[in-house]
Amino acid sequence: MTELTLAKALGSGLRRALADDDRVVLMGEDIGALGGVFRVTDGLQREFGHDRVMDMPLAESGIIGMAVGLAFRGFRPVCEIQFDGFIYPAFDQIVAQVAKLHYRTSGSVRMPLTIRVPYGGGIGAVEHHSESPEAYFAHTAGLRVVTCSTPQDAHTMLRQAIACDDPVVFFEPKRRYWTKGKVDETVLDEPGRAEPMGRARVVVEGSDVTIVAYGPLVATAIDAAVAASDEGVSIEVVDLRSLAPLDLDTIEASVRRTGRLVIVHEAQQSGGLGAEIAASITDRCFLHLEAAPARVTGFDTPYPSARAEEHFLPDLDRILDAVDRVLGRANALTGWSQR
Amino acid sequence: MLDSPAGEPPRDELVQLLDPAGTRTEHPLYEPYVADATGERLLSLYEDMVVVRRLDVEATALQRQGELGLWPPLLGQEAAQVGSARALRDDDFVFPSYRENGVAYCRGVEPRDLLRVWRGTSQSGWDPYAVSMATPAIVIGAQTLHAVGYAVGCRRDGVDTAAVTYFGDGATTQGDVNEAMVFAASFAAPVVFFCQNNHWAISEPVGLQAQRPIAERAPGFGIPSVRVDGNDVLAVLAVTRWALERAHRGDGPTFIEAVTYRMGPHTTSDDPTRYVDPLQREEWAGKDPIARLEAYLRAQGVLTEQAEARVAARADEVAAAFRAGCTSLPQPAPLSIFDHVYAEPHAGLDRQRSQQAAYLRSIGEVAE
Ligand SMILES: Cc1ncc(C[n+]2csc(CCOP(=O)(O)OP(=O)(O)O)c2C)c(N)n1
Repeated sequence: MTELTLAKALGSGLRRALADDDRVVLMGEDIGALGGVFRVTDGLQREFGHDRVMDMPLAESGIIGMAVGLAFRGFRPVCEIQFDGFIYPAFDQIVAQVAKLHYRTSGSVRMPLTIRVPYGGGIGAVEHHSESPEAYFAHTAGLRVVTCSTPQDAHTMLRQAIACDDPVVFFEPKRRYWTKGKVDETVLDEPGRAEPMGRARVVVEGSDVTIVAYGPLVATAIDAAVAASDEGVSIEVVDLRSLAPLDLDTIEASVRRTGRLVIVHEAQQSGGLGAEIAASITDRCFLHLEAAPARVTGFDTPYPSARAEEHFLPDLDRILDAVDRVLGRANALTGWSQR
Repeated sequence: MLDSPAGEPPRDELVQLLDPAGTRTEHPLYEPYVADATGERLLSLYEDMVVVRRLDVEATALQRQGELGLWPPLLGQEAAQVGSARALRDDDFVFPSYRENGVAYCRGVEPRDLLRVWRGTSQSGWDPYAVSMATPAIVIGAQTLHAVGYAVGCRRDGVDTAAVTYFGDGATTQGDVNEAMVFAASFAAPVVFFCQNNHWAISEPVGLQAQRPIAERAPGFGIPSVRVDGNDVLAVLAVTRWALERAHRGDGPTFIEAVTYRMGPHTTSDDPTRYVDPLQREEWAGKDPIARLEAYLRAQGVLTEQAEARVAARADEVAAAFRAGCTSLPQPAPLSIFDHVYAEPHAGLDRQRSQQAAYLRSIGEVAE
């Protein structure tokens, strides 16, 4: 066990993946000498050479498109997109090519690409640097979409993503890059020790309300659980981990225990993952629900400028407000949910 | 043959009118384009460069002091920006990247407005229509296509206005920029592609994006191009005037590669010590755009002690207002995040706004 930041845990995951399989290649802008703008790939080019850790010319569509060709040839490309807002130039390659090639070729062509994307807000960045585009990808058949909230998961899930024969869009919660935690780098050495990449996890047990969160907001949800317990409310927090496919079984089991569901994400509300989870859980647990599921999300606006982001991002208070709502307690928005 | 002032200049040539020592050199093709650039006119170019550098240094300091979230310095690129911007007519429309703060200053953008985006108080520092300059594009290369569209629109409207788009050497790899060149050629758009080859795309040297001089690319798209010493304000002024003349005359697009050097970090969050060769930087320090004009103007007797004092006073004055302007930028109101998402009412968003207002009131916060 070593104590690592989430960013360093990702780096150590990449190092292990490069060492374990010589078909793994890293591709991205500034990932070489600079070590990536967040230093996730720090030192890897020195260690593995320019052929394994490739600084790419500045074009995202080009990077993903070239990775498709490498995958055709049997390589396992790991592409770094520098920031969430710069994945859109590659969107066509990802949703029209990467996602569909296995299907189109009746399974003969594998696309074991991993596309790493630092995502989300909360670091006071300029526009295009704080986006939460996960729903676009979760909406696309053929892609797996995951995100991590702890250094251990960052390390393990990244290695699992690289080992996976399907394309994985791997969202890294950039405002948690500097979060520290214990990392066991041997966890994948024997089968069964690590949780599968596609499984959600109960990270706080509770009996009154289930909060489902993922990526950067898991920590906020845990804070909310602690704050609520001071008021005698017992909250269970589920870290989703996988956004596509969704581990609805784990959420369902939790909601059957608590009877109440709050879903939290930074992405805008309409058409977001919260809607998908609310609909699916309502379908599965209708008779177990004491209240309609509530969502705490970003608003249906572009991500605002840095000095207004606190008004956009779900925070502790907004989560507790939603907890009140599902508990049927008087609060600011009582009545709104019925309309 | 593709057009140029008098036949096509050899492509690997670097147009230069003022060498690094500040010696004025003659160029047969471009000389007429700077015939008026003497005395006070030269002094005003000098003043602009000094002021722009001062604003840039000041903004970098403001970032270090925590007043700005980020700043993209243009240190070393003053001549490329001032020379090209001063060639523009008021109605010509600029589509910049994030680094063209010197161009913005020359377009008449209020200095403190340059800081709004980087301080995080709003997403656009100015009204594009007020200064004929679009809001900076952060997504690399996107603005080049916008310039082509604007230029085609000008043609349709029967006016001789040109569009000018700025981008870096790294941007020339993006699909958008290549598509923009195809479209510009297809539609004979009155657009000037102004590439500031500052040798770096963050940590990636220009050689990763281009195996040949970047200016060579445009002729393949059917666009005449010129390579200019980007640290020579006179040469940049001349070639930009030439390119604009072509556009205004209806001769279609032109591509300019201004060869310059990014003397500072990519942005204030970058660490160039990880990848920049100090010797290369040192070499470029010897080609400083301001120092060479200064040497020339001194030798000409134009930059007198009095003139120098005047320029310094002007820089002080602009810098002081800039700094004060920065800290006085208003904090965005909580509900302002809902403003201007749509031009017309949108029921879903209006409802979210009311909900948020109710919520803010419930926790004792003033919403507006
Ligand atoms: C589509 C896109 N990809 C990546 C980035 C991140 N990024 C910002 S600036 C930059 C380098 C740009 O280099 P260049 O075009 O040469 O312009 P310069 O910054 O040197 O002026 C990169 C990769 C971005 N802004 N947009």
